[in-house]
Amino acid sequence: MSGRSIADICRDNERLIIGASAFAAFLVLWEGFSRGWWATLFTPLLGEGARALAIKPIFISSPTGVAQQAWTMFAVTGEIWPHIAQSGGQLIVGLGAAILIGVPLGLAAGRYRTFSYILDPFLSALNATPQVAFLPLFVMWIGTGFWMRVLIIFLLAVIPITMNALAAVRTVDPRLLKVASSFGASELHTFRTIIAPSALPFILSGMRLAVGRSMIGIVVAELYGSATGIGIMINMAGSSFDTDKVFVGVLVIVIAGLLMSEALRAIERRYDGWRPAIGDNY
Amino acid sequence: MNPKLVARDVCLEYRQPRTGDRLLALDRISLSINEGEFVSIVGPSGCGKTTFLSVVDGLLPATSGEIIVDGLSVNKPGPDRAVVFQDASLLPWRTVLKNVCYGLECIGVRASEAQERAMRFVQMVGLDGFENSYPYELSGGMQQRVNLARALVMDPKILLMDEPFAALDAQTREYMQEELLRIWEQANKTVLFITHQIDEAIFLSDRVIVFSARPGRVREHVTVDIERPRSLKLKRDPRFHALEDRIWSLIHDDALAQARS
Repeated sequence: MSGRSIADICRDNERLIIGASAFAAFLVLWEGFSRGWWATLFTPLLGEGARALAIKPIFISSPTGVAQQAWTMFAVTGEIWPHIAQSGGQLIVGLGAAILIGVPLGLAAGRYRTFSYILDPFLSALNATPQVAFLPLFVMWIGTGFWMRVLIIFLLAVIPITMNALAAVRTVDPRLLKVASSFGASELHTFRTIIAPSALPFILSGMRLAVGRSMIGIVVAELYGSATGIGIMINMAGSSFDTDKVFVGVLVIVIAGLLMSEALRAIERRYDGWRPAIGDNY
Repeated sequence: MNPKLVARDVCLEYRQPRTGDRLLALDRISLSINEGEFVSIVGPSGCGKTTFLSVVDGLLPATSGEIIVDGLSVNKPGPDRAVVFQDASLLPWRTVLKNVCYGLECIGVRASEAQERAMRFVQMVGLDGFENSYPYELSGGMQQRVNLARALVMDPKILLMDEPFAALDAQTREYMQEELLRIWEQANKTVLFITHQIDEAIFLSDRVIVFSARPGRVREHVTVDIERPRSLKLKRDPRFHALEDRIWSLIHDDALAQARS
């Protein structure tokens, strides 16, 4: 550590320091609105108008309120766990199925032109429709249970996954494909050694999009006849003006999304380490 | 001597997707290459030399005519032919050693054996100590050495080389030409070498085949009657210049006609 001044340490951790300060400032600002700090502070300057800077906690809650509520729900009553289990289960099954079906489908459509002619119209039509519009149909077909919600999550997630996998194959360097066929590589071997490694970053970014969309799926699908789940919890808390609880639910979704994005990034680093742009950052 | 590779009346016609016209790319190409012979094809750009190489490799089906290797007609890629590609075309996510193994993997050689064999050729092309490097860490010349090793490790009957040094700077190119001769004398292969550089063709080859452009046709066979081993000094030899002049004038008319059109 010798020779490293405080200025050096600040520069090396610039990203962390600036990011954390901005977030802390945001929390203070929020707390201030909720507790009327800003209204009090600016009254000498703005007079009566400064009262607009105090916002009732019922509308915006407050960081401390949310933290307190979270503590209660996680540790004291434990009431949030069944919601997380329910939504998490739906997410895993829906998103998992979307990956297992979407990736091979997209790769095949990218590789075989005739197959893409079959798949393309369905994919384009599905992409152009707001998928949640299918909800009433699904309810008619399979009721309002677990599988209906899995289906809507699947539908939302499968589209970006398939489309990215398809586009990924088209970006494969044709010269490498020529190398493979010149050496008499089998189709499976070509997929494994040429197509998969070059398609991987695109497939992962498709999955990242899918994570966000399946979160929408959870919230929307649980509106229909669900008793447990993060989505319906948020909704019920909202309709009883329990704003703290709404924010706790949102926070759970945000954190789950971040964790999944991080997991995908870890996969990318694991298999994509050969890329000079990434390697140089270490 | 037995001909190793024979092309008999090879024609290739293709449909241009934009205009729908049918174009003749190769017009009755006939040639024969003996075992251990180093033959180059030169011609103006667009004369179909790379296309012809793809037909010989079996990547493109000939419209008519046939390619015969060791007396057997071939129409798809096989381990008897290996290509050294124009751009090194290495798999960027594989190390040098794993790149050299690629072809062996494709024909089902066990990984441990493939690596052992590949290592010998990594050494032969002078990349000892770089076997665990990634392609982006190598210079253009070194990448081409990997490309060459990847083809040689297959122990092909015929080595097909598609302008392998075209993208290198002048000094590296000359150095690689000398290196190629050294390796060729060690490996003792039949080579079909495509280039647009006349001096490169003469320096390397026993025989130079001159193509004319659009459609590609064999214009002339020029025998290079210069003893081996050769060194770069040869490029200042009067016999070398005489051959260069002769081939240049054969190509020149075509090139001129093309530049005008």
